[in-house]
Amino acid sequence: MRSAIHFASAALALAALASVAAPPALAADTPNPAADARAFQKYFIDKFPKLKLADFVNGPYSLNEDMHKQWEEKEQFPPYEFSLDMGKEMFSKPFKNGKSYADCFPNKGIGIRQDYPYFDDKEGKVVTLELALNRCRVANGEAPFSYVKDEMAALTAYMAFTSRGKPFDIKIPNDPRALEAYENGKRYFYTRRGQLNFSCASCHVQNPGERIRAEILAPALGILNAMPIYRSEWGGMGTISRRFTTCNVQTRGVPLDPQSDEYRDLEYYLSYVSNGLPISGPGARP
Amino acid sequence: MRNITRISRLVLASLLLMAAATSAMAAASEADFKTAYAAAETANKEAGALRDQWTVTATALAAAKKAADAGDFDTGVSQSREAEALAKASIFQATSEKDAWKDRAIR
Repeated sequence: MRSAIHFASAALALAALASVAAPPALAADTPNPAADARAFQKYFIDKFPKLKLADFVNGPYSLNEDMHKQWEEKEQFPPYEFSLDMGKEMFSKPFKNGKSYADCFPNKGIGIRQDYPYFDDKEGKVVTLELALNRCRVANGEAPFSYVKDEMAALTAYMAFTSRGKPFDIKIPNDPRALEAYENGKRYFYTRRGQLNFSCASCHVQNPGERIRAEILAPALGILNAMPIYRSEWGGMGTISRRFTTCNVQTRGVPLDPQSDEYRDLEYYLSYVSNGLPISGPGARP
Repeated sequence: MRNITRISRLVLASLLLMAAATSAMAAASEADFKTAYAAAETANKEAGALRDQWTVTATALAAAKKAADAGDFDTGVSQSREAEALAKASIFQATSEKDAWKDRAIR
């Protein structure tokens, strides 16, 4: 009888301890962006211990000595220079109504790239820089640009250039909709799709530094800091929208519309986990 | 007598099998194509609702339509069936990934 009481007491004590030590099952699924970002950055730091954190923004050029030399040489006469000049000119040219891009952005649009995308509490959605630029145009009676290249790449190239060296500073406000957008972006990043059954993470988390055909895969950490980029493969400039849609096509998935909610959320997630790393755009990639 | 009955049954069964095989090999009709194409389109729309369509499905659907437009309903049907199978695979992928992605997330 005595031993039965002991046993029951011990069982009760263990059960009480377990209820304190183990968080409820729901808590495990609650988004925790700050913890995610720490784990995300640690994963890449552990994977590439010789690399400085800030060097991740140079993508594959940081992972291979020969490629790094190529990059240094390229930077003497960067292939994005024409686009950058075009963007600067476009940015300063007034719209037909006399206003300009500067009127649509904080600090007249200079040195603000690191704050995009942000969560707009009025709209309840993520707003990217590309989206904000086209909204600025439409609000001022101008036709929107294609999201994937040319003018949009030029404008974002100039805005990134004025923000070079500033660390990504993406904020997730205490708003369940913002957390949901973040979580949706995370889900998109890790979800396999397309006939090849690849997720974004298949290449950029599981295999950065490895070759896929002739290319060296970039790490996901810092991957958006260099956007927009001139890609030799594209023979021109491309925006974040172009990067996302072409990735989908390469896995034989039908891409979504540029600036669809999923891509906006994906950009939110990927930018947030790279917080603290400097903006280096516009960039160049093989 | 019993053996003769057995042989007759066997012959009859063989004839029926041959007839069935011949009819299966008959050229596909426009109606066959329309049925197969509609099934493929329905599956692909479902994949679209799950935001996981595949480019190869669209390619097979286009090939099916092109063949049918040229009067080649055999190819039209076979390409439609290919498209339906691909669309169903993409639906399976989207469904199974609903929670599977969590296992891959960095923690």
